[in-house]
Amino acid sequence: MSTTYRTCPRSGLQFELQAERLMLANAVAAVVFLLVGGILAVGVVLTRWPAVHWLSADAFYMVLTAHGIDMLIFWIIFFEMAVLYFCSSTLLRCRIATPRMAWLGFALMLIGAVTNNIAVFRGSSSVMMTSYVPMMAEPAFYLGLILFAVGALIGCFVFLGTLVVAKREKTYQGSIPLVTFGAVTATIIAVFTITSGAIILIPTFLMSVGIVKEVDPLVYRTIWWAFGHSSQQINVAAHISIWYAIAAICFGAKPMSERVSRGAFLLYILFLQLASAHHLLADPGMSTEWKVVNTSYFMYFAVLASMIHGLTIPGAIEVAQREKGYTKGLFEWLRKAPWGNPVFSGMFISLIGFGFLGGISGVMMGTEQLNMLIHNTIYVPGHFHATVVVGTTLSFMALTYFLIPVLFKREMINPGLAKLQPYMFGLSMYFFCLVMMGAGTLGVARRHWDMTMGGSPLAYEFPGAAYLMMGLVGIAGIAAILGGAIYIYITVGSLLWGKKLEPGVQTTQTIPLPKTPMPNVVIQSHGSSGFAAPGTFALAMVFLVSFVLYYFINWKYLSQVWGLS
Amino acid sequence: MSAILPPAERLWWKHPLDRVEGTWIVIAFVWCMIMFAMMVGWHIYGKQNLSTETYKTTPELFGKKAQDVVDKYTVRKETDREIPVVHPPPGSDVYLVARLWDWWPIIELEKDQTYKLHLTSMDYNHGFSLQPVNINIQVVPGYEHVIKMTPNQAGTFSIVCNEFCGIGHANMAGRIYVK
Repeated sequence: MSTTYRTCPRSGLQFELQAERLMLANAVAAVVFLLVGGILAVGVVLTRWPAVHWLSADAFYMVLTAHGIDMLIFWIIFFEMAVLYFCSSTLLRCRIATPRMAWLGFALMLIGAVTNNIAVFRGSSSVMMTSYVPMMAEPAFYLGLILFAVGALIGCFVFLGTLVVAKREKTYQGSIPLVTFGAVTATIIAVFTITSGAIILIPTFLMSVGIVKEVDPLVYRTIWWAFGHSSQQINVAAHISIWYAIAAICFGAKPMSERVSRGAFLLYILFLQLASAHHLLADPGMSTEWKVVNTSYFMYFAVLASMIHGLTIPGAIEVAQREKGYTKGLFEWLRKAPWGNPVFSGMFISLIGFGFLGGISGVMMGTEQLNMLIHNTIYVPGHFHATVVVGTTLSFMALTYFLIPVLFKREMINPGLAKLQPYMFGLSMYFFCLVMMGAGTLGVARRHWDMTMGGSPLAYEFPGAAYLMMGLVGIAGIAAILGGAIYIYITVGSLLWGKKLEPGVQTTQTIPLPKTPMPNVVIQSHGSSGFAAPGTFALAMVFLVSFVLYYFINWKYLSQVWGLS
Repeated sequence: MSAILPPAERLWWKHPLDRVEGTWIVIAFVWCMIMFAMMVGWHIYGKQNLSTETYKTTPELFGKKAQDVVDKYTVRKETDREIPVVHPPPGSDVYLVARLWDWWPIIELEKDQTYKLHLTSMDYNHGFSLQPVNINIQVVPGYEHVIKMTPNQAGTFSIVCNEFCGIGHANMAGRIYVK
């Protein structure tokens, strides 16, 4: 298939025609699902806000099921496909491998996503995203997910194939860039994830049509979470790659040490998939040893990797800023960062929130014994909104602001509003997560329609503080949804009626990446001789102290509850 | 030069480690080991560890055992649905049935005594959420989970179901008294 390449005059990036169209299609599909999921979120938060308690029980459970799947799976994975094609074809300046297969993958994903949504909105598949057997959904529910997964798997192999093309056609020299390396990590985890999904969803589908008699509920939970949690680890690898990319784009930041950053990605590949275990800590069946080893991602090596990325990304920014002369005190580099640029502010709000809120709470709840304090309470969605919404979604939003002129070739409409958006969305999401975790600590259940328990004579009377927290969840949720709406307005608006920008020079041949010049000796050696990023280190110590305090407060709390053995 | 370009040095794995990074990696590693040791250590010194004693079971089998205990130790009935309140002797086996959509029966325990609580679900997954203590345990159909429980405070405690189990999920409540 003949193709053309264009070099974007604004970024210097080179886009291959087929890859560009695929990125565009996947990104648009992603935003459509974000829109649907966002509208559904209104129903969720306005029902869980006790004073409003909007939807009926059956509508609420249906809306919650759809919200979870549309956001966690469809919005994120469509966007990730665009990211994968960007990290391979664009960053390596090569044609995309087998574009027809890539379109087939996209079509399968789209058909699967629509099929699944139809099944859910017909009302008889309100089984939540986890669809624990023996509760059954319509066959179309599982079939949709399976088709989507097959499509995504094809996308993963197209990505890997594109790496081969780049290597063979020598479009770059040396090793692949760090960001692409991160994308490879995401892809490897994705292949594992999707395979696990297939292993458990195919028999469940066959059970729903009556071919298989029974899928064991505990086996289902074990394998489903190898899919369900690992798919969130794809997001982690993807959005951390995006953080590195944005640090490079906004600051020209280079990794403090390629070895450290790549090593940390390698730890993800080795250990992240063990994480499914922490969903089973309160389950019968699994041995204590199994729980302890797996929930700690084998001795917390994946946590170590995230803590490393959490330092090296702001560290790289600090080093780049200090080189530009922002050397006063510990934090001039940060004060003088482009806070008005939504690409940067979105990324940085995402990074801080992911670490402080998502990371610390995640390790707490992933501790074998501490898990009992919060298992299935609304603390859990509090945690994962900090990881998946503040972490992944906000990073994707930040990247979109970069892509609007570069990939979509449009001038952003309403840049003033775009400046505000990451703050509005990110900070209200921070607050949303905090009050959810607060309510969870008071015992409020997740996936629960009515805190008053319908006046059941045995009902638990939740304390007033729990009602207050859930009210705040409602308010913060609405604020975050408005922030999300602004993102969709800006993205879709720019695509539709933003001023068209010049696409740049077209060529029929790719222009290979020149060899990256060696940095001068001073830059190369500053790393090992000094304390290159003292401000970042100070921030990291603040993080560590919060982490340690919060961790041990929970042990203190645990030590006071009923004895269990 | 930057993270979106190939590394300048071909042998990037020989790139020197910055002191900030090196220090942080050591600190983070030590912290990870402490966290790992906490989980193991709590099994030795802590008093709150979830048992993993589990048996395969069926609704019929478990229902029968639960009924036996109810027949033997019921002390009174409560609510207009006449739910039995079971007061088993300390140290004995207590059966709690999770089903659409209630926890059955009501259990009465004595403070600082240890009981073996047997938990299972007759149908879908349920969530045992003891409030306001905030102990949360997954209840999976087909598996009988045996947990040694020692209440350390007296009072009236509620069991909320916190695993989605269908339309009546939000009304699914149970009770434990501790004297």
